[in-house]
Parts: sequence; structure tokens; C-alpha cells
Amino acid sequence: MSLDHATVRRIASLARIRLEDHEVEPLCHELNGILGWIEQLNEVDITGIAPLTGAANMAASLRADVVTDGGYPDKVLANAPERIGDFYVVPKVVE
Amino acid sequence: MTYTIKGSTGQWEVVVGLEVHAQVISQAKLFSGAATAFGAEPNSQVSFVDAAFPGMLPVVNAECVAQAVRTGLGLNAQIHRVSRFDRKNYFYADLPSGYQISQFEHPIVGTGEIEVELADGSTKVIGITRLHLEQDAGKSIHDQHPTKTLIDLNRCGVALMEIVSEPDIRSPEEAGAYVRKLRSILRYLGTCDGNMEEGSMRADVNVSVRKHGEPYRTRCEVKNVNSIRFVMQAVEAEATRQVEVWESGGTVMQETRLFDSGRGITRAMRSKEDAHDYRYFPDPDLLPLVLDEDWIAALKASLPELPDAKRARFIQSYGLSPYDAAVLVAEKATADFYETVATGRDPKIAANWITGDFFAAMNRLGRTIDNPPVTAAALGGLLDLMADSTINGRIAKDVFEAMVETGKDAATIVDEKGLRQVTDTGAIDEAVARILTANPDKVAEYRSGKDKLFGFFVGQTMKALAGKGNPALINETLKQLLSAPKE
Repeated sequence: MSLDHATVRRIASLARIRLEDHEVEPLCHELNGILGWIEQLNEVDITGIAPLTGAANMAASLRADVVTDGGYPDKVLANAPERIGDFYVVPKVVE
Repeated sequence: MTYTIKGSTGQWEVVVGLEVHAQVISQAKLFSGAATAFGAEPNSQVSFVDAAFPGMLPVVNAECVAQAVRTGLGLNAQIHRVSRFDRKNYFYADLPSGYQISQFEHPIVGTGEIEVELADGSTKVIGITRLHLEQDAGKSIHDQHPTKTLIDLNRCGVALMEIVSEPDIRSPEEAGAYVRKLRSILRYLGTCDGNMEEGSMRADVNVSVRKHGEPYRTRCEVKNVNSIRFVMQAVEAEATRQVEVWESGGTVMQETRLFDSGRGITRAMRSKEDAHDYRYFPDPDLLPLVLDEDWIAALKASLPELPDAKRARFIQSYGLSPYDAAVLVAEKATADFYETVATGRDPKIAANWITGDFFAAMNRLGRTIDNPPVTAAALGGLLDLMADSTINGRIAKDVFEAMVETGKDAATIVDEKGLRQVTDTGAIDEAVARILTANPDKVAEYRSGKDKLFGFFVGQTMKALAGKGNPALINETLKQLLSAPKE
């Protein structure tokens, strides 16, 4: 499998990464290198082996349903580029 | 019988599947310890996890998992011992992490089914494809500033259950009945308040049309429909639109649409060409969710009696009609009200009063079962006065209205207004005799075979007794006196 320029531009756009024209070719080359390496992994026979989702073979630990957090809008909004009262403010997004 | 849309080329069948998002009732959010209460000050119920600060890790709330399992059990569905959380990637200002944690490949609940009741008395089974847990997003407020959007993250991270149906629904009525039944089950279980006005339950409606016997055609998804009535209207509007597209030689394109309730039509959302490329992958921050068999069994043992079981019991032990039973069990509070009234009394009379005069008064006054026009105990008191012949059924209706108006109990009203039923046979004999003397022509007609006049005599006697006569005694006396002097 190898990526063409159009696919690389689309992946960048889905990830909201701006790509200059001269960056497309090198990025395409790098991504194809990574995919080539992953294709090597496909050569391993994994018939009958269940997929592994994590290195720790254990189940998620659960939390009790108790309110223990929140109540600090100033900390939450500390890095907001803009705010009105205790709201975040962003450029208008309307469907 | 079968619902179809009539086009210029013939009848079209409608195929509908629903995705219902139900907000889970819990104190804290799905992956953080922030509160879920509705209507709090902006961003006051937001933790660093919800705001997606770097390095913050999600931890699953056990109660949200329990609520999903309870719901799955209530939908007669498979509970998956192992499930997993995935990231659904998309960019929107009220989703600070850039992904929603959801369950894509391995949901917590698999296939199930619910039975819905239709207006003609029939029932239909609608399949459930799956139920999965996911996070809600924050809230965008567009109308407070001309060029800016305000964001409140209080709702961000609250647990949602997405409940997906099979495409088994074939009419607007079935779609409405499905949502109504699902909401009833969720409310009985206490896993979602089912409040569609506040957005704690909302539906995405998938619609396609086809000619009889065809495979499925392309479907469209009508997003975020927020009332049962709108769900039904959206099905009809979208199906009608698709029939017109096909019949005019066009092709229905798979797309996401919005229902415009004001105009009763659906319209395309501004096209988002990348919207369906969510690039799901397992969330590396969360280990698989593994449920203990005993824990599931304990949840199952603690489930309340659900609407279907309650309905069957009402039919079985109170002798109610399936229709009355379905009406009474739709809301748990109504069923409880009924049982309070019916206990120790005639269950059918109790059902008639609740579905008749009581519901009428409740609707007229805009009250609800939680704030009823008369209490269950007071209504029971009224029925007792009828049962022991203190008042008759006609007077009882007047007493009921007086109870609604004054809040007094039935016995007090009967005493104050002197409505006690006349059971004194002397008074009834006298009234009957007077009526017969006053109407010799009618008596003669009756005796010559005009049986229908019996009702006239009952009415006149009742009137003479100011409506308070005991109907059985009046009937008996009339029969006796009218047939007395045989030729």
C-alpha cells in the first residue's frame, strides 16, 4: 500500500494540519515508509491469536459515582484565548 | 392496513430505524468526578478531564456502566461481558479533546427487542441492534453575540446511551410507539429521565422507501429530532420527499438532514464531505471493560417490574382490558396511583374512573400524575361511597367535580350538599306513584307494549328525587307498579 498526494492532503485536512505544497512530497515519503514497516508486521502469522488492546492484561478499574471534581471555572478557562463571563468564546460556528 | 405512501408509480413502503441518545442518570460524569446536574452556572461542572487538559486520564464511572447494563436487561438484550472504548475523531468547538470516547466495535450491550402497542390493538416486536456508552459534548450558544459562539462545557462528558434499533419500523405510528415505549422502559428503570424538551433524550431517524418486495434502498438520516410528534412527522416528510425524488427519475443520496418542524419538511445539512470519516480506534487511555457475571445477576435481580410485566399482571389480576392496562402502565406513577385506588375496591370501576373523569380533569387543568387534581386516597374515598350505596354513580360525578374544585374529600361534600342517596323505599314508592299518576297516557302506552318508555319513568323519578335516588330500588319499584294492575 502506498499513499498518493491527494490522500496525504486529505489526511492532513482531517487532522486540521495545514500543509504547504512543498511539504506534501516529503510527508508522503515519510508516511509510506511507516506504512511499509507496518506491512512487514503483516507477514507474521497471527492465526488464532486474539487482538491485544493494551500491554497490561487487566480490566479497567471503576470509579464510584460521587462528585469529586469541578467547581473551578477560572482554572478551566485559564488558557482560553477569549472569554465572556465564564463562557469560552470562539469564532461563530453555525450549521 | 400496512402504511404506504402513494406515489404516481404506485405504493411505496417506508423503512425506518432509530438511533436514540438517552442521557444516563448519574451523579458524576462518565469519565470524571464533575457533577451532571442540569442548569448549573457555565463551566462550573467541568474537570480538567472534561476540558481535555494535557495528561488528564479518564476513569470509568461504575454507576454509568450499571445503568447501561440495567437498560440492556430491560430491553431483553445480550450483555457483553467484555466491551471496549474507542475514539471517534472530529473537530468541533464544544468537543475540546477533538474526539468523543464511544464504543464502536465492541459495545456493552448487543441485540435485544421491545414490543410496542399499536392503536388497532395489535403489537409488534422491534429489534434492538445494540446499546453503547459514550460521552456527550458541550453546549454551543450561537445567539448571544453577532460574530462569536459561546461554549459551556458542563454537559461535556456526561454519559449517554446510544440505543440503535433494527430497520423494523414501517410507519410514523410505529416510530412514535417505539420511542414512547423505549422512554417508558427507561423511566421505569430510572436510567434516563426521558425528558425530550430538555434534550435528555433525542432521536436520529433513518428513513428509506422501497417498492413492496424490494431490497433496501439508500437511506437518509434526520438528526436530532426532539419530540415524539416530530419523529412521526419527520418519517412522513422524509419518506414523501424520497418518493418524489425516485419518481422524478432522481437518486436519493445518503446524507444527513434536519427536520424543520415549522415547515414540516426535512432539509440537507450544509455538506460536510469528511463528516463520516471518524477514524475510530481503541482509546489507549482505557482498558477493556470487563463485567462480572455475579454483578450482572445482582443488577438483574434488583430491576423493578417493567411496563410489559405490569400490564400482564393488571390484565390477569384486575381483569382489565389490554387497552386500559396499557394506558395505566405507561407511566410508573400512574400505575402506582391506580393500584392505590384499586386495592380493596372494584378494580374495573377504579380503572374507569381514572381513565375517564380523573384523566379528563387532569388534562383540563394542565396537572400531572405527580401533582394530581385529587389524591388516590380521596378518589378511593369517593368510590367507597358508591360501593356502600351512599351515593349513586350520577351524583358521584358531581361530587368528583366538587372535590377537584374545593380539595375537600367526598364524604364532606356529600354531607355538606345533602347528596346522600335516597334508599328509603317509602320515599321512592311515593315518588314513583306520583309520576305514574301524573302520566296516565304514558302508563297506558307502556302497558300496551311500548317498553322503551321505562327509561322515561326512571328519568322522571330520578328527577323528582333530585338525582339522589338509588337506581336499583327505582327500577324495582317501577317494574312492580307498572305491571301491577293486569287487565
